Amino acid sequence: MSLLEVTDLRVSFPTADGIVQAVRGVSFTVEAGQTLGIVGESGSGKTVLTQTLLRLTAGGDISGRAEFEGRNLLALTEDQIRKVRGAEIAVIFQDPLTSLHPLYKVGWQIAEMIRAHDKSVSKKQAHERAIELLGRVGIPQPQQRVDDYPHQFSGGMRQRAMIAMALSLSPKLIIADEPTTALDATVQAQILDLLLDLQRDSGTALIMITHDLGVVADIADDVLVMYAGRAVEKASKHEIFYKPHHPYTKGLLESIPNSSAASDRLKPIPGQPPSLINLPRGCKFHPRCTYVMDRCLTEEPPLHAVADSELHSSACWLPATAAGLDTEAEELRKSVVAAGRKGEAAEVALAIADNPDAGGSVIG
Amino acid sequence: MSETLPGDSAAVTEPGPGTGEDSLVHVNNLVKYFPVRGSGLISRTVGQVQAVDGVSLEIPRGKTVGLVGETGCGKSTLARCIAGLIPVTSGQVIFDGRNITNLPRRTMQPYRREIQMIFQDPYGSLNPRRRVGAIIGDPFAVHKTAKGGERKRKVQELMERVGLNPEHFNRYPAEFSGGQRQRIGVARALALRPKLIICDEPVSALDVSIQAQVLNLLADLQADFGLSYLFIAHDLEVVRHVSHEVIVMYLGRVAESGPRDPVYDTPRHPYTTALLSAAPAADPDAAASRQRIILTGDVPSPINPPSGCRFHPRCPKAQELCGHEDPPLEVKPGDPANHLTACHFPVQAGEVLARAGRRDRA
Amino acid sequence: MSLVTEFETEAHGAEAASEQSIEGRSQWQLTWRRLRRDKVAMICIVVIVLIALLAILAPVFASLTHHPPDVTFPNTGTTSAGLPVAPGTNGFLLGTDSVGRDLLVRILYGARISLFVGVVTTVIAALAGVTVGMVSGYFGGIVDAVLARFIDAVLAFPYVVLALALAAVIGPSLPVIIAVISFFSWAAISRIVRGQTLSLKEREYVEAARSIGAGPWRIMFIDILPNLLAPVLVLCTLAIPAAIVFEATLSFLGLGIQEPTASWGNILSAAENYYQEAWWFVVFPAVALLITTLAFNLLGDGIRDAMDPRTERIFAAGRKQRRGRGRSSTDTSAAPAPAAPGATASGQVAG
Repeated sequence: MSLLEVTDLRVSFPTADGIVQAVRGVSFTVEAGQTLGIVGESGSGKTVLTQTLLRLTAGGDISGRAEFEGRNLLALTEDQIRKVRGAEIAVIFQDPLTSLHPLYKVGWQIAEMIRAHDKSVSKKQAHERAIELLGRVGIPQPQQRVDDYPHQFSGGMRQRAMIAMALSLSPKLIIADEPTTALDATVQAQILDLLLDLQRDSGTALIMITHDLGVVADIADDVLVMYAGRAVEKASKHEIFYKPHHPYTKGLLESIPNSSAASDRLKPIPGQPPSLINLPRGCKFHPRCTYVMDRCLTEEPPLHAVADSELHSSACWLPATAAGLDTEAEELRKSVVAAGRKGEAAEVALAIADNPDAGGSVIG
Repeated sequence: MSETLPGDSAAVTEPGPGTGEDSLVHVNNLVKYFPVRGSGLISRTVGQVQAVDGVSLEIPRGKTVGLVGETGCGKSTLARCIAGLIPVTSGQVIFDGRNITNLPRRTMQPYRREIQMIFQDPYGSLNPRRRVGAIIGDPFAVHKTAKGGERKRKVQELMERVGLNPEHFNRYPAEFSGGQRQRIGVARALALRPKLIICDEPVSALDVSIQAQVLNLLADLQADFGLSYLFIAHDLEVVRHVSHEVIVMYLGRVAESGPRDPVYDTPRHPYTTALLSAAPAADPDAAASRQRIILTGDVPSPINPPSGCRFHPRCPKAQELCGHEDPPLEVKPGDPANHLTACHFPVQAGEVLARAGRRDRA
Repeated sequence: MSLVTEFETEAHGAEAASEQSIEGRSQWQLTWRRLRRDKVAMICIVVIVLIALLAILAPVFASLTHHPPDVTFPNTGTTSAGLPVAPGTNGFLLGTDSVGRDLLVRILYGARISLFVGVVTTVIAALAGVTVGMVSGYFGGIVDAVLARFIDAVLAFPYVVLALALAAVIGPSLPVIIAVISFFSWAAISRIVRGQTLSLKEREYVEAARSIGAGPWRIMFIDILPNLLAPVLVLCTLAIPAAIVFEATLSFLGLGIQEPTASWGNILSAAENYYQEAWWFVVFPAVALLITTLAFNLLGDGIRDAMDPRTERIFAAGRKQRRGRGRSSTDTSAAPAPAAPGATASGQVAG
């Protein structure tokens, strides 16, 4: 049984402007000890997705299943989910300055977390454990630092303290939501390294949410690419970077300097992500897609297997064999698109071709 | 520009080495300290934040100089000193042959047409209460170069040039996405056809797919208008992509500088090497084969910088000399004349510095 | 977080895309839309409009009842013992005061005074307060040192003493009241505006304006002032009731509006001795004062909430799930009402 199995998770928020469909049917699994990288930009729904797993979203309409070791997290009561939080699934947030309480000592916060889940642990024991954890995450002189306040730590140290807190109850799954985005490159390298070591030592599974493909290339085993609230491609790391199928994934790789799809001039994806209130018809990516076909305007493609692999799936109408970065794959794509384009899709394609750097929405 | 600009009569001291006619900006030994005030009834200065501690650089015409470094290295402070937004403690900024260091506001005014800035935060750098047309038209208003219908026309031209719909002239910044707001910032900076645009992390706050749009735009504008850029970023890959020359800063000083390829391909300073190895590449094979140099500890505070070479406490190659003597910024043997490094024991070709490499994953 | 930051948070587009504008909507339109949904605020607006109308129509009431505000009716308006008559007798809808004047009409005329004083003093105070506060906050240095101390001095000044002194020298009157109340209100507004300016001047768009070459005055009036209007509006809405109560207090003490002109304060002052025999004499002007100040205060709160987009999400969440709000919001700081003496400051502590 997988450690975590999410099936058709949907989250929407009613607002004055309309219903925001933040997550529109996402499914994935995470095995024990593995690392899943969830890649997406702002508005992709990645944060809402993981926060919903721990029921940290307020005011949303939630449906679907999220089975953690067999139990559906979405069906648990408030008390039950509180026991899960921290002890079985821990979260590391992006900005430790705002997720650590500024008025309590760091050691106290860690100890408090331990004791909240296990009343039998004494204050002294919890304190010792906090010192031990701070040392384990590489904070020098933990006996002194344990009594410091968050603002006395540097950014990298704070993040380590957050990791210590996340580890304190030996959870089986850690969800890290952009943990290194706010950090400098050298510190980021330290933190990623640390996460990997700790993961290897304790066999914890890790879900790493990020927009940074470099981080994913470094530490993920499998990758889930999200766009407009849905998973548009799921594959192993290698497949995603070297044989991307979905045009969005490919577009991301082509727009980043020094990626696996590197070239001298960056090829940005035109337009911008759609509003989650007014999603376009058909495939949500079609207004920005260079391979748009007529079918894409009316039917949203389901996630299906591509590239001869059950484990690699993509939500695109291009044929399964059209995965990859090489010229052969490109030729195949072009010929399929030429055949699949008649009326409107041709116009969409023209607009994209005319405005490769379009700053506004390409369509309309 | 043949008109006499203020500052002509001010003494122009000898600019630094390697200057040619093609340098738009010379910075000579710039120092900027911020006083740290103690608490108490009468606040005294108890220390100095040595944000920039003796930086010299050049920006050639029509080229991009990338400035990289981590938090606390002083790159943003340096940029603002060059732009004249904060006063300089000592040193000089020479722009187009004229000394513009610490000029009073009115005297500096004409130079503001030639030196512009693009800021990092697409949300904070535009006044949310003003319409976009007014924001872009600001430079025309301040310098009284166009008004009324002509200003509107120029603003709309600018909007089109940066890829915005000119009909959105009357909208508020809140109605634009992050990438579009950055374009608004670019349009504003471009309005008076400056010679130099200082870009302070212009794409760091943008989504990845939008970054490329803005980077391409900046490249196009440089080609069209012959702009010089001082491009500040922490993302090394972005800097590699846009820069002709690169300067690496650490704790207020220049660690290494030179043309892009020599610095990236054969870095000489251990910090540069570590920085390059830490930058994650979006390529799993490259990532796996990269020898990670994990530096210990955090960047020390610029209030109490280490003695001698500032990097020595974290440097895998540090030796006793490094704690005593500040290494000069000079050409190391075997390097081209403009590749400068400030290190007593620079990294040699083929040397492997990985002190704590990552264990291989099974 | 400062009040101003909250307004700009709205400009931050979508985290959950719930703020994405479909068509162009300005800050004010969005605020108005939210305000419309706040029932309490809407009721307050209606009440205030009603009071204003009644005040404007006071002469109509006077002629309808044939009871001008300063004419005594000893025969119909007082009992044989010389006490005020109860509401409803002899055509006195709300009864009379101690000398037989129509209480209703006097209260309506008192409303004119109150609203007039409230609005005029607030306008003066706002103009002066914003200017001084902005200059002090933006320039800093010695300008700020001097002005800020001056503001502190004004705020510390005992207003009653000043009013007494002025009353003794010039004689109490409407202009004197307006001068006194404005003098204190501006200082309170000024201090808050100064604080906002200090924070606003660090914004990147101010830096951008400087980098273009804009001078300090241009920056203040074109970049900073528009961002101050929203908190200043809230301040003003809360300053009006403070001024009204201030005026009532002064008149109550005899330092303000003098007889025979009606003011809620001086009516209450006269009513002091009659509370046992003529409850209406005390209750009705007090109720009028209460409703008016309450309406403005609640409206001010409502406007403040309407300007803060995050409050709305909490309401939405609360409607959905009665318990278990996920993220605690560190929000809602608002400028407290200018602490004009005599008024209760309704402020919220910054979260």
